[in-house]
Amino acid sequence: MTEYLLILVSTILVNNFVLVQFLGLCPFMGVSNKLETAMGMSLATTFVLTLSSVCSYLVFTYLLEPLGIEYLQTISFILVIAVVVQFTEMVVRKTSPLLYRVLGIFLPLITTNCAVLGVALLNIKKQNGFVESIMYGFGGAIGFSLVLILFSAMRERIAVADVPTPFKGSAIGMITAGLMSLAFMGFTGLVTI
Amino acid sequence: MEIISTAILAILALLALAVAFGALLGFAAIRFKVEGNPIVDQIDSILPQTQCGQCGHPGCRPYAEGIANGEDINKCPPGGEATIQALADLLDVEPMSLDAEHGEEKPKQIAIIREDECIGCTKCIQACPVDAILGAAKHMHTVIESECTGCDLCVEPCPVDCIDIIPIDKGLAGWNWSAPKSSPLIATDITHPSIEGAIS
Repeated sequence: MTEYLLILVSTILVNNFVLVQFLGLCPFMGVSNKLETAMGMSLATTFVLTLSSVCSYLVFTYLLEPLGIEYLQTISFILVIAVVVQFTEMVVRKTSPLLYRVLGIFLPLITTNCAVLGVALLNIKKQNGFVESIMYGFGGAIGFSLVLILFSAMRERIAVADVPTPFKGSAIGMITAGLMSLAFMGFTGLVTI
Repeated sequence: MEIISTAILAILALLALAVAFGALLGFAAIRFKVEGNPIVDQIDSILPQTQCGQCGHPGCRPYAEGIANGEDINKCPPGGEATIQALADLLDVEPMSLDAEHGEEKPKQIAIIREDECIGCTKCIQACPVDAILGAAKHMHTVIESECTGCDLCVEPCPVDCIDIIPIDKGLAGWNWSAPKSSPLIATDITHPSIEGAIS
């Protein structure tokens, strides 16, 4: 039990995918202009990241490993992620139009989120088991959501602040992200997995 | 030989994966199909597609969805009485007169840019809901007449007021019989080039 908790703490704070491992930076910069869209993106990513880490683990363990073709992991994980995203979109659209309206445009964007592929590949590299994979994916997604929401809240405030003209817009966003990354470095060494 | 069999195995495995996922998605596409509302398409085909937004919706299709959800049918000034009548027939409701709050019916019109005054600011291009304005930054713009719906959304953003809205088709409602030419009765009725030149 403590092991799973450690994985969660590790992925959310210590080895945060965005600020420490620098994965999934495109949505981090792209959809952080408004708090509302950041929340939608976080929800969708959490869902897809957890599901795809489970599915890619299953595909690796029950298809690639027995056949001895582990070198196909990247291409098959891309396939898995694309299918999971597409399938999720269809199911959500049918079952919950309200949720579809919130997540709708973000779901296809997640296909190209490198954090999703990164989690699937890191799971294999770290030789995580089934439950560990779920925790790793879920923790990574929570960490992603945490920094995305924090960052978008900051950017909303920065947008109304008196920023020097050369730094307006994305430039000050990059600097903010860098400072956030520095702050998250303070967690280094808290947990080692 | 072993390399070839490994390659075939890899290809077969990927193929199996792709087929399985394809089948899953194909099944999901049928199982989780979302039926659109067919009445919305029919209403949308009656609306004039000016995308002018005078009804309070961002375009014609959202208004069609609004009508399907029980909104009034008399909010479309470009369509006018003819559209209201067609909608009333389709939906089997009483035709009502055009709601003046949303504007009044005008004859069919198009926008014309006075090209020598255009400064090429692209503001009208961004305002145009049907992409009927052609041009680039700091170059003259012009209106593609066959695409223009006459919604007059481009007039307001123009910083130099060089866009005119010109009626092109008067229609039955706006047609006037031009007055007959009367034979000259008094001296001023006679137009003569030399006299006109003297007056001006």
